[in-house]
Amino acid sequence: MKHTISILVENHAGVLARISGLFARRGFNIHSLAVGVTENEKVSRVTIVAEGDNYALEQIEKQLNKLIDVIKVRSVKGNELLSRELVLIKVSCAPAQRHELISIAEICGAKISDVSKETMTLELSANEARIATFEDLLKSYGIKETARTGVIALQKGSGAL
Amino acid sequence: MVPKRMRAAKALVKCLEKENVKTVFGYPGAAVCPFYDEMSRTGIEHILVRHEANGGHAASGYARITGRPAVCAATSGPGATNLITAIATAYMDSIPIVVITGQVSSEQIGRDVFQEADITGAAEPFVKHSYLLKNAAELPETVKKAFYIASTGRPGPVLLDIPVDVQLAEIDFDYPEKIEIRGYKPSFFGNKPQIKRVIDAVRVSQKPLICAGGGLFGNDAHILMRKFAETADIPVITTMMGISAIESNHPLHLGMIGMHGKEIANDALNNCDLLILLGARVNDRAVLALKNAENLKVVHIDVDPAEIGKNIPASIPVVGDARAVLEQLLELLPEKKHAEWNGYLRDRNSEYSIRDVAPDDKPGCVNPKTFIKKLNRLIPDDTVIVSDVGQNQIWTANNIELGERGRFITSGGMGTMGYSLPAAIGAKKAAPDREVVAICGDGGFQMQSMELATAVQHNVGVKVIIMANNRLGMVREVQEKLYGGNLTAVFLDGSPDFVKLAAAYGINGEYVDSGGEAEKALITLLASKKPYVLRVKVDENERSVL
Repeated sequence: MKHTISILVENHAGVLARISGLFARRGFNIHSLAVGVTENEKVSRVTIVAEGDNYALEQIEKQLNKLIDVIKVRSVKGNELLSRELVLIKVSCAPAQRHELISIAEICGAKISDVSKETMTLELSANEARIATFEDLLKSYGIKETARTGVIALQKGSGAL
Repeated sequence: MVPKRMRAAKALVKCLEKENVKTVFGYPGAAVCPFYDEMSRTGIEHILVRHEANGGHAASGYARITGRPAVCAATSGPGATNLITAIATAYMDSIPIVVITGQVSSEQIGRDVFQEADITGAAEPFVKHSYLLKNAAELPETVKKAFYIASTGRPGPVLLDIPVDVQLAEIDFDYPEKIEIRGYKPSFFGNKPQIKRVIDAVRVSQKPLICAGGGLFGNDAHILMRKFAETADIPVITTMMGISAIESNHPLHLGMIGMHGKEIANDALNNCDLLILLGARVNDRAVLALKNAENLKVVHIDVDPAEIGKNIPASIPVVGDARAVLEQLLELLPEKKHAEWNGYLRDRNSEYSIRDVAPDDKPGCVNPKTFIKKLNRLIPDDTVIVSDVGQNQIWTANNIELGERGRFITSGGMGTMGYSLPAAIGAKKAAPDREVVAICGDGGFQMQSMELATAVQHNVGVKVIIMANNRLGMVREVQEKLYGGNLTAVFLDGSPDFVKLAAAYGINGEYVDSGGEAEKALITLLASKKPYVLRVKVDENERSVL
């Protein structure tokens, strides 16, 4: 089962190593990991999507809480979550194919970020399922390169971590 | 008050004084020289160990006796990496130590210069927390945090890695009285409704049982545990880390549980209807014996919420400091009698005890179990026994009898061979008036024998008993049990004559190979004011348990 875990941490060197090391040693696989500073520059937010059963999730939350640099930890259920990931995909694109790709981008809510004679780079910010559909649609053109940011997430409604 | 301007290294020593540190165990090197230079001009005593890991173990032994964080120091690179085993050993047993390592100069970090090692990185899995101090001005606050983190909540090792240029920098010294760490708020008191649930569970239980662990020693919580057991007439088993939490001959005491534990303790574990875990994380070796975990009501009291539900499902979890929670419980605890349950255990125990008598010594050697029973009759009430790892540890754990003020120390979680002598040196420094006896095998002894020099140099009157069977006995048992008796790499041929080795250090010693001589030899050992080594020939076929 996949879990999205939001972690507020002290924003200084070495914190990410402590967190990723903890996941590795406790045998918890990280699907994606995104880090960025919050509204408070001394605090960073780490969003981790990881796989494991409920026992593993409880353990990892407790172990994360034990790290001195970790301020708060919360795992949020999928339906209470506003989650986004940014993906950049570079596909092969002959000039004649540009219109097709532009219309796929329009339908999926993606943007055209870059064009060359042979390629087009598309940018999409969406949840995991929509990114998967988008990728699928682009496959037949020949995907040359993909970059993903990893999921970032906030809980829905007025609640905050 | 205007803060005083001084070298950071001097400020570091001042911080240690503020933390009431009297002794530092360590081994210097170039990168930690500024600290050593300043320390030499203070009242802090430095104990020069002969290997950095042993400085860590000595600090561990010291901390276990005082209940306060103890300090060890080493230089950068190999000095620091040598400490890793000691840091991991302290981590697994939740022992508060503050580890100070020198580091190469800040501007050289990351260039693989001479004696550079990323020790905060390397030790990360084994520390409660660590700091690589790059800003000298933050030193006093960081040291305060290190002591605070090491000693509160679930205790553990904290590493302070300080580049040599940072030690030499000039700073304003101002030691903070209090500090705030927003990511660190350990629970202290137990949740009140949970405390009530525990009391209710005790009230209805017919067959309650306390399992005492190493978490009870930090602030003498074991004394309150004893009171708890007596008030509600609850029998007590211990984990290996919990040995000596209650005096051995206490009528409610049943012994150590687990794979290598007492039959009566495991019997009680499997027949109780309420198990109260107190400061015990019940690791795999301890709960292997538990067969009915699903139907059992388990109260788990621990300061670390991550331990609750990790190895054994808890019906009533209580997160808090053992002493604080016990105080809360004692306020509400009803007086009870469990005549039937304790009667059952007494009857079972007398059946088991028939098999648990002191075996006769075979010709030419001493039976280790019988030997420990002889030792029991001779040691003072407040003796500290430090056992090493292997067969000697199990023989000692299952047969040692300590008084109300006695203490048993061992590397329980990590199982680190070579722990006993340096830890005993630390324990003896913390309690010079108490008898401190290290018990080890001939394998473990050879991992730590260099520390005899430390004991001599610093006049630390520790006693060492080597149970010598010329074997790595515990490994041999595994090979006999699981590898068809293919005994490989377990013979210690080539070992020196340990008594002569001791003599080379100027230490008196004796060799005994018969039960008849053992008692006299023990009397001589205990009478010595100086370090003493007793080599005991034990039967190579003797097993750790029945």
